Amino acid sequence: MANLVDLIVSGLATGAIYALAAIGFTLLWQTSQTINFAQGEFVMLPAFLILAAMRVGAPFWLAIVVGLALSLALLGFAFKRLLVDPMLRHGVLPLAIATMALSTAMKESVKTFYSAEAQPFPSIAPSGSLSIFGSSVSLQSVGVFAFGVVAVVALSLFLDRTSTGRQMQAAAQNPTVARIVGIPVERMAMLTFVINGALVALASLLVTPIYLAKFSSGDTLGQAAFAAAIIGGFNQVRGAIVGGLLIGVADNLAAAYVSTQYRAAVPLALMIVVILFRPEGLVGRAEERTV
Amino acid sequence: MTRGQRLLAGALAAAVLAGLIVAPLSLGRYGLYVLSLWAVMSIAAIGLNLTLGYAGQVSLAQGAFVGIGAYAAAILTTHGYPLALAVVAALTLSFVVGWLLGYPALRVQHHYLAFVTLAFSTLAFLVFRNEEWLTGGIYGISGVPRPSLFGLSTAKPLPFYYLCLFALGVVTIAFWGLVRSPWGRAFMALRENPLRAASLGVDTRRYTLMAFAIGSALGGLAGSFYAPLAQFVDPTPFTLAMSLNLLMMVVVGGSGFFFGPYFGAMVAVLLPEWLRFAEGYYLILYAILVMLLLVYSPSGALGILDRYLRRRDARIASALRAAAGVGLPDELVQ
Repeated sequence: MANLVDLIVSGLATGAIYALAAIGFTLLWQTSQTINFAQGEFVMLPAFLILAAMRVGAPFWLAIVVGLALSLALLGFAFKRLLVDPMLRHGVLPLAIATMALSTAMKESVKTFYSAEAQPFPSIAPSGSLSIFGSSVSLQSVGVFAFGVVAVVALSLFLDRTSTGRQMQAAAQNPTVARIVGIPVERMAMLTFVINGALVALASLLVTPIYLAKFSSGDTLGQAAFAAAIIGGFNQVRGAIVGGLLIGVADNLAAAYVSTQYRAAVPLALMIVVILFRPEGLVGRAEERTV
Repeated sequence: MTRGQRLLAGALAAAVLAGLIVAPLSLGRYGLYVLSLWAVMSIAAIGLNLTLGYAGQVSLAQGAFVGIGAYAAAILTTHGYPLALAVVAALTLSFVVGWLLGYPALRVQHHYLAFVTLAFSTLAFLVFRNEEWLTGGIYGISGVPRPSLFGLSTAKPLPFYYLCLFALGVVTIAFWGLVRSPWGRAFMALRENPLRAASLGVDTRRYTLMAFAIGSALGGLAGSFYAPLAQFVDPTPFTLAMSLNLLMMVVVGGSGFFFGPYFGAMVAVLLPEWLRFAEGYYLILYAILVMLLLVYSPSGALGILDRYLRRRDARIASALRAAAGVGLPDELVQ
């Protein structure tokens, strides 16, 4: 029992991180039909940007600011301008392949220009542990979970309650009509890419202290984010959070109680079942597109 | 195609074939390995080109089928069965599994299908890695023998390369026949407009499953040559990365173009080798080149050629029209 609580809490923590990556992933699909196969690498890179800034002598807080700014510029703006825009009108597949090539380029660049070794990374969440139901739970997990939930709630509020957020939803649901009523659809699409840049930077900041910074860490993250997006429902922000948390917990429980060898299979099996029996996702609605 | 163009195409094909037969004579062991790998990967990419390029079904599982074929061949040949039997077994097994994987494709499309096949690919990798009693787990199966045909041993790299090339040739001819048959047309109808295909009496359900099954079977066939080529089979090559790589071959070469996979496999297998001069940077350079190519021509390398030919044909046609237009008043006068 004691063990179970800890497993669930740490599962929720990783799940919240998956959810952040998954939300960005669905946002890009909604607004620009971009299946970003490099999303895992997008989460991997900001940690290295921060580490690089610290290496040249910046304090941790300044390095975070620099890392965030660079991810907005590179993973948001430049990604959209240089890769997505020229290919968008040619359909989903060539762009998806180009993002695969991008993921290789990012992985290899980090490996070549920074290091092939896993790097330790300072944590922004407090260390130590907490006692819940008589079992100790690491404060870091609770902190990561809290950060993730706050970010998702803030994003949902932004999308539902602000004018810009509602314009973004309109641009995603029906670009033609949105354009007619005067919404700057292009700018809204760019905004989603920039938001994705922020989401992956946050996810990177939260996940890297747990799993270390490594060039290849995007592989598992990316797959978990895909699965989370599908399980929750591709067209819902809250779907992605349900999917992310479910996968985080299922993954941890499967590793502990089913088999460590097939732990990676559990989220995927879950995903196949959802796709076959409820393709719109657990909380999604069919034939609807919402940011 | 005019007669001159057909002659030109024939001459070009003969020249390429002659090059493929003669050039390796001067290559070393490693060069032959890379070239054989190109032939094997081309077979797998041809299979995926059928599923994706002709029938329009996205599959991220082709690497898993290469793995299934490779393991089938490795297990059978290390137990003393001949490679021919292993090839048949690999074909049959991947055909059946591919058929079953086609069922989700009847329900879901596009990116959902991509993710189902992606999940399948990862599950297959886990089976290769974890079922030690069958696959040898992470230690793999070593000492996969190369076959003897008609008393000729293919243990040396050069004869084995010719065997791979022969297999590629057989697949090429069979595939040429397939895409020109009513089946090939049905596959393309499926890609272009499934609803219309169904209303014209094409059994879309059966052809979707068929596209998956035949494409996968070619993946398995490639695998059954991969095993004796590498002479060692372990799970590491058959991760999702191989499926993604195969998909990249098809799209970079030109999805739906007959010769796309050959070119795509060349880009994916040979280009990294040519870029070795860049040492540590070669994979970065390679990935950037792929992105540039796709930004320049999203329909792949053969898309560039196709565009050029079409533009030229359009120019010729408009020149002919202009000439005919000039001639017209004279006739009217008479």
